[in-house]
Amino acid sequence: MASLIPCPHCGMRPKEEFTIRGAVPDDRPAWGTPIDDPQWFSAVYLRTNPRGRLREHWYHGAGCGRWLIVERDNLSHAVYDVADARTRALAGDRT
Amino acid sequence: MSSRRLPKGGLIDRSRPIDFTFDGQKLSGFAGDTLASALLANGRRLVGRSFKYHRPRGILTAGSAEPNALVTVGTGGRREPNVRATMAELHEGMVAESQNRWPSLGFDLGAVNQLFSPFLAAGFYYKTFMWPAALWEKLYEPLIRRAAGLGKATYERDPDRFEKRWAHCDLLVIGAGPAGLMAALTAGRSGARVVLVDEQSLPGGSLLGERESLGDMEASDWARQVADELDTMPNVRLLPRTTAFGWYDSNVFAALERVQKHRAEIDEALPVERLWRIVAKRAVLASGAEERPLVFGGNDRPGVMIAGAMRTYLNRYAVAPGGKVAIFTNGDAGYRTARDLQAHGVEVAALIDSRPAVSGMSAATRTIPGGLVTRSFGGKSLKGVEILSNGKYERIGVDALAMSGGYTPIINLACQRGGRPIWNEGLQAFLAPETEGLAMAGSAAGVYGLADCLRDGIEKGKAALGELGIKPARFDPPKTTEEAGTGFKALWHVKESRSKAFVDFQNDVAVSDLGLAVREGYGHIEHAKRYTTTGMATDQGKLSNLNAIGIVAEARGKSPAEIGTTTFRPFYTPVSFGAIVGANREKHFQPVRKSPLHGWAEANGAVFVEAGQWYRSAWFPRDGENHWRQSADREAANVRANVGVCDVSTLGKIEIFGPDASEFLNRVYCNGFAKLPVGKARYGLMLREDGFIYDDGTTSRFAEDHYFMTTTTAQAAGVMTHLEFCAQVLWPDLDVRFASVSDQWAQMAIAGPKSRAVIAELVDRDISNDAFPFLAAADVVVLGTLPARLFRISFSGELAYELAVPARAGKRVADAVMEAGAKHGIMPYGTEALSVLRIEKGHVTHSEINGTVVPDDLGMGRMASQAKDYVGRAMLGREALTAEDRMQLVGLRPVGADRLIRAGSHLLERDASPSTGNDQGHVTSACYSPTLGHHIALALLKRGRARHGEEIRVWDGLRGEEFPVIVCETAFVDPENEKLHA
Repeated sequence: MASLIPCPHCGMRPKEEFTIRGAVPDDRPAWGTPIDDPQWFSAVYLRTNPRGRLREHWYHGAGCGRWLIVERDNLSHAVYDVADARTRALAGDRT
Repeated sequence: MSSRRLPKGGLIDRSRPIDFTFDGQKLSGFAGDTLASALLANGRRLVGRSFKYHRPRGILTAGSAEPNALVTVGTGGRREPNVRATMAELHEGMVAESQNRWPSLGFDLGAVNQLFSPFLAAGFYYKTFMWPAALWEKLYEPLIRRAAGLGKATYERDPDRFEKRWAHCDLLVIGAGPAGLMAALTAGRSGARVVLVDEQSLPGGSLLGERESLGDMEASDWARQVADELDTMPNVRLLPRTTAFGWYDSNVFAALERVQKHRAEIDEALPVERLWRIVAKRAVLASGAEERPLVFGGNDRPGVMIAGAMRTYLNRYAVAPGGKVAIFTNGDAGYRTARDLQAHGVEVAALIDSRPAVSGMSAATRTIPGGLVTRSFGGKSLKGVEILSNGKYERIGVDALAMSGGYTPIINLACQRGGRPIWNEGLQAFLAPETEGLAMAGSAAGVYGLADCLRDGIEKGKAALGELGIKPARFDPPKTTEEAGTGFKALWHVKESRSKAFVDFQNDVAVSDLGLAVREGYGHIEHAKRYTTTGMATDQGKLSNLNAIGIVAEARGKSPAEIGTTTFRPFYTPVSFGAIVGANREKHFQPVRKSPLHGWAEANGAVFVEAGQWYRSAWFPRDGENHWRQSADREAANVRANVGVCDVSTLGKIEIFGPDASEFLNRVYCNGFAKLPVGKARYGLMLREDGFIYDDGTTSRFAEDHYFMTTTTAQAAGVMTHLEFCAQVLWPDLDVRFASVSDQWAQMAIAGPKSRAVIAELVDRDISNDAFPFLAAADVVVLGTLPARLFRISFSGELAYELAVPARAGKRVADAVMEAGAKHGIMPYGTEALSVLRIEKGHVTHSEINGTVVPDDLGMGRMASQAKDYVGRAMLGREALTAEDRMQLVGLRPVGADRLIRAGSHLLERDASPSTGNDQGHVTSACYSPTLGHHIALALLKRGRARHGEEIRVWDGLRGEEFPVIVCETAFVDPENEKLHA
């Protein structure tokens, strides 16, 4: 895993400042989706666990206190992109 | 023992003699010595016993690759085992001891292992001690561990400090040899931010051990001059005695600085070791090359030494390796060694070159081209060697042998991130692959020869600057004298050896072991390593790995390129646990959190208990009480009868603001919050997305757009993170903000039938039952001027209040509460009594909310709203979460005579035999109830709510206890909640 994470708010920071919640679900149902929709199940339980590029929710608890979407490669350990999750969500990126 | 110190020369300070002891013997050296050079100067050759066979071992190298000369240094808590004598700088009063020998180094009974060597070959662990299996742990393993060993660690506390630091730079240069110095100087003069680390005490690397001149100076003086120039540059940080041991992602390097390991007196203001994490935009690895040993019979006898090390002892430490020396070489380095020995007046008996006659190579001594050393003689010190030349064996008497088996570039760091080394046939060695951010320079890159190394350092420095967009300063490398040759022809081992030939010295792996591994099917290099343990010792095979690869390749009829290397991993050299731990030890391991009422509790005689980072007051013993139960029973009974005060400041507290705060809470909690009126508190259950309960607590509304949430102590941080996730990720359109105020409020519970009378004296408002009913919450003023918050909530089941005041005023208010309550019989109560009271009332904590329960399991199914969406709702309806036979919360009380019910005990049907197959659930919380006069418990029991009145059995398999209990309601006290509303 990358040793340093470029936080969009705090700059380059050591990974120890962050906690990882897990992979971003591919298609989290919009709030209000009926509870019997099978999408809920897949959003809570199913992960593709890819080899290579993946997107995860990281929390910068020892920094800005913001939730981030970190796009990284679990094989090469490259970090492609780190974005503020709320900004992304407001831009229509439904995660 | 005769002194081997040469009359002049060397980088030692003869005006500063240093006394030290080795195995109790008083010896003396000079400032600038290492322990190894001082031992050699004193004529001490035997310094250790080998790992497996307890063979006598001496000093093989002059650097960090040393496999043999491991000693224990220091006394008391500073006792440090497995110190490489070649890296330990001598200091006044140093106490060193040999290891792995008994009763003494000279006479070691463990050496009997050599007689059993046929049984201790590769893989003997897996063959010899197989049966009976029961003896492995009791007998074999302890025996092997005692016989095969390194030094022993101390049990005493380490009195010294360690620290960790970050550093940031444009260019990190690792190694201050000729290439590293040039790379650093190039970058330093160009204005780049440079960090230069080097594991030696002096800059110069290989220059320190050779007789060369640069420009018109001695090489070591030149190196010092360059280092001095670097040291004056504000943009350069020079770190001597610092070993870069790891290369991590994002071009972060880890390095260990030995700040005070070389000092006789430790300055307590400074750490003894400092662990650096260095963030480098670019790095140059100029770590040099190891000279390989030659693998021939008896190559491990004290007196046999790596040729380059021998030159270092001559030139840097002014120590003669012996009186009469032979040289066994497969390359040009042997001739250079002969020249240096003779220059220092040491007799060279013969130079044995495994190559056929090499043109241009000559020595002023007897030279034996095409010769081999087939074995060594002598007991604990070399007395002679056997030479095979032109089919004839010849024995010559020498007391030291230099061996040179060619060069292995030190590429470890460059391969720690998965890059595979690449075999170079011309260099007969593996080189590092091209990597981003890290360039190899000098002999680490397979560039041998001083002039080439200097040029390569400048080039690699310039290249790094170019990538960073920094304009490099221009300068030329200094002029060098005539070059010594560096060519060699690989000789993996001497097949004609006539005694045990060692490949890996530290783990006692011989050629025969590798052959056995190949024959038994462990020919893959990773298998051969683990089967024979070659390269697995603390030196990680720095000297041995390439020879082992060559030998395995030969045995399998392949080339080293096809065999490949084993995997390079951090750490390059051993790193002390102290450095890894840094300051995080003892009380600094984790922060201590003290409630704002800690001092108040202390003044009232509290006994504290650690709960995570918190110190919580557990009970308040009084005269005559000598068991916690006596105190807890009294405190709980007093709450039921009169009034008590308890510190609940550790609860998580979160302010929630915003026009959408109501909507937000309504989504976060499974029960409704949208209609909570201002001035009211409500108990809330928070679920995880998978439907299980996450946390509980009360949340109060202070204004239309302002709530105050409390969480459990354990989940305070987790809930805050969860709220942020919900707000930022799930519902970014909601306008809501949070602030953690857990540390800002001192909060106390005042509970008991007389609590109202106490509170009434302190606050400025009417708190009669009509004016301030159950679940009321309000801003109040206490003690006339202090803003505070009052809640009428109860964990104990009594009429109760929680009073929150600014943290700084906590003690003052708590004292006032005690004063006002004195006439009502108030007593402080701790977490033990708190727990008793809540179990009696059937209230849950994380003992019950254990990550496997849903609201219905706790009898709170109706709280989960059907009328709104909330986190966890979609999963809550799933099959397994609504199954008929789920565990449900029940109460338990003993049948007949009172018995202590233990939390964690399992539950069985009345007539079922005790087995996990018959398990019906478990006891979650238990206590003695002073109110009822017997023990009670809460438990999760299969279909428990339908089983009230049933007799079941409690089974504690650990203690062999089994007895009957009756299943009952969870509320043992006031099930109708009359007290809460009183």
